[in-house]
Amino acid sequence: MNDFFFARSQMAMSLAFHIVFAALGVGMPALMVIAEWLYLRTREPLYLDLCKRWAKGTAILFAVGAVSGTVLSFELGLLWPAFMEKAGAIIGMPFSLEGFAFFSEAIFLGVFLYGWKRLTPLWHWLSGVLVAVSGVMSAIFVVTANAWMNAPTGFKMIDGKITEIDPIAAMLNKASFHEALHMTIAAFVATGFAVAAVHAFLLLRDRNNRFHRCALGIAIGVAGISAPLQIISGDLSSRAVGRLQPAKLAAMEADYRTETGAPLLIGGIPNDETRTTKYALRIPHGLSLLLTHQLDSKVTGLDAFPQNQWPNVRIVHWSFDLMVACGSTLFFMSAVTVLLWWKNRRVPGQTWFLRALVFCGPLGFAAIEAGWVVTEVGRQPWVIYGVMRTEVAVTPMHWIAVSFAAFTALYLFLGVVVILLLRRQFLQTANPAPGTLLQSTHA
Amino acid sequence: MLELIVAIFILMSLILYALLGGADFGGGMWDLLAAGPRSKLQRKVVADAIGPIWEANHVWLILVIVLLFTGFPRGFAAMMTALYIPLTAILVGIVLRGAAFTFRKYGSEPEVVQQRWGAIFGAASFFTPFCQGLTLGALATGTIRVQNGRLTTGFFTGWLSPFALGCGVFALALFAFLAATYLTLETKDQPDLQNDFRWRALWSELALAPIALVVFLASRTGAPAMYGGLTRWWAPILLAWTSAFALAALTALWMRKYSAARIAAVGQVTTILLGWCLAKYPNIVTPDVTVINSAAPEVTLRLLVLALGLGAILLLPSLGFLFYLFKRKGAVDEGS
Ligand code: HDD
Ligand code: HEM
Ligand code: HEM
Repeated sequence: MNDFFFARSQMAMSLAFHIVFAALGVGMPALMVIAEWLYLRTREPLYLDLCKRWAKGTAILFAVGAVSGTVLSFELGLLWPAFMEKAGAIIGMPFSLEGFAFFSEAIFLGVFLYGWKRLTPLWHWLSGVLVAVSGVMSAIFVVTANAWMNAPTGFKMIDGKITEIDPIAAMLNKASFHEALHMTIAAFVATGFAVAAVHAFLLLRDRNNRFHRCALGIAIGVAGISAPLQIISGDLSSRAVGRLQPAKLAAMEADYRTETGAPLLIGGIPNDETRTTKYALRIPHGLSLLLTHQLDSKVTGLDAFPQNQWPNVRIVHWSFDLMVACGSTLFFMSAVTVLLWWKNRRVPGQTWFLRALVFCGPLGFAAIEAGWVVTEVGRQPWVIYGVMRTEVAVTPMHWIAVSFAAFTALYLFLGVVVILLLRRQFLQTANPAPGTLLQSTHA
Repeated sequence: MLELIVAIFILMSLILYALLGGADFGGGMWDLLAAGPRSKLQRKVVADAIGPIWEANHVWLILVIVLLFTGFPRGFAAMMTALYIPLTAILVGIVLRGAAFTFRKYGSEPEVVQQRWGAIFGAASFFTPFCQGLTLGALATGTIRVQNGRLTTGFFTGWLSPFALGCGVFALALFAFLAATYLTLETKDQPDLQNDFRWRALWSELALAPIALVVFLASRTGAPAMYGGLTRWWAPILLAWTSAFALAALTALWMRKYSAARIAAVGQVTTILLGWCLAKYPNIVTPDVTVINSAAPEVTLRLLVLALGLGAILLLPSLGFLFYLFKRKGAVDEGS
């Protein structure tokens, strides 16, 4: 447990915290915009109430997202100065563009949250659309920077010196497309199911509440459309990783041996010593089939790499399985939703269905966290894949355990407060008679 | 040339951050210092004034950081390493300030809890700009040395010097003055309240002068390169402008010409930061890291300038719109 260890832990903890708010920052504006649009279409005050309720929640989340994001942009330099020294000129571009996306997001969120009475309804809605679009843009930009760490291009490395920089090529690296797509959809999946769970929970207490039923409808609509897309995009990601980072893929699949007709291993306990994975569920030819859509193709295993270039196989494999398990569950849940909705001809409200939704609430976020662990830990020991090892990038600073402990405590505290505040926001509306609700938001 | 343009963009972002984000911190200070029969109202004015805009204002700081690491990656790496401790302190302050402000606004807890959030908000509004001033000061001391890309002077150099501490105090007074001046315009229809902020602005402006003098004198030994800069030929001109703006602000405040006072305050802060950067030029981390020797390759700089130009075209109208919407008519719609 040295400074290097704590630097990694601090980075991981800060990112794992930020990503929750970032994903909600992408997803929530979309939900609000849909609700307000329905209000403009139907003039049903309930949708306006809903939009305002969600907006209040989003304001809290957004503030925490903004401050934790600021922490990150400093931490890139505080913890990994040697990395930023080399990479800054190459991938500073997407970060700068992200800066502009933040601006328009923050500006129009201010307009949206505080401008109810100062804009015509249509302009107000449009400012919400701009918030949603900027949120997606900022996610895409920052993910291209991360993708570059996985598939570095746009420069030449000669004698440890970086030359012939091409920031545009770096931005459009081979991992950008699949990562940006997968992350953007992930934000909608996770937000959709989390919001659906909240309203399903409140519906379970008050079965005939129209407010929560409408909210539930919008949320499972978004979640139900994006979850199946996420499976397709995940397949795309897996195959891209197979091409770009075979060591990461091998670790994801706990695949120690290069072979043709490779089996798919689910779960189990990978063991680097014996190079086997015990107690796993084996599906013969499964991996070859998934990766190349052919039964007998050859898949590179970890044995093709020196052991000092392996990532932590257990963490990567288990995280990957967790993500896929969550993804499959949510996909199944979407299918059930579509079926029930179609059968009932309205937003389904069966008790067992609502209970299942509550259960699914955290799964999207679990998948996001797990997916990022796959991406980041799977890239190890490299910070820039194949170019710079992580231990070279770390700051010479000592006592990083202190700042790690400080930020962990701070974030734990913030996390608890945010949950309490959001809980209050929603419990307040557990029994809203539409009229009173409207008044209370105008008060 | 290109690196100069990027540096000017960074300087402009820094000035805007001071003018906008700095004033938000100042608002937090006045929240903590709210006193007298109208203390509740004072707090409310502060909250309403910064509510819709503080997040947008805060992005200027993020812009400074991203432009630094894109345009001057080596400079960024050097300062992030040398100033790990005060920068981490700034981050803690930023997190606490933003979170506490939002939690206070959206929490519907009992009074006591609200007050506690308010106290955190106010305390962090003092703490953060103090550390920011400290950090900027440390960069100018000339004691942080970087040889062959390696920091050789450890993690405690520079920012504990009297000069840097003076810069921290200076930043506090400056932001408090800015905020109070702006707040006189947020309270047009409440003369008592307006007068409260008028007096606060006057006092903090008066406090600013001796602090500035002390910092200047401290720079002689504490930041010799800076002192050298401040005694170059252009310095008296800039100093004359700064003093003129300061006197104008005082007079305008005294005569209750609040719009004029705001203009003067903006002018004063701008000339101060301008002078600061001119005196420091071309150093980023005095004396080893400069705008020239730490700049990114030309391609990057060229693209960056292009992006900044395009971004400004998109952004400035939106920002103008935000301020038009919320600062033109004064107070904010409540609770919506
Ligand atoms: C709601 C969230 C969610 C769900 C349901 C899934 N994923 Fe995922 N996954 C992510 C959220 C996510 C993520 C957190 O957003 C990651 C991290 C980096 C990235 O690009 O997306 C990710 C990364 C990621 C990677 C690594 C990409 C890289 O390192 O370049 C692969 C191979 C997959 N995913 C594959 C899948 C598959 C096959 C899924 C099918 C069930 C799946 N994901 C469901
Ligand atoms: C996959 C990873 C990331 C995604 C999808 C993402 C996305 C977002 C989004 C949507 C926001 C808007 C705030 C909100 O709605 O809560 C945000 C805020 C922010 N993020 Fe991230 N981010 C990611 C990682 C990072 C990283 C690595 C950095 C560091 C450079 C960073 C820096 C910031 C900053 C500075 C803000 C504040 C912007 C503001 O004030 O509005 N983010 N991020
Ligand atoms: C686009 C955004 C992101 C960027 C630019 C980014 C960048 C980095 C950097 C520079 C490091 C330190 C060097 C290294 O260990 O390789 C790191 C480590 C790490 N990041 Fe990310 N990251 C991003 C998103 C995320 C997210 C959202 C998570 C969420 C869990 C995450 C989890 C981690 C973990 C677990 C590590 C430690 C890996 C290890 O050292 O074993 N990252 N990241």
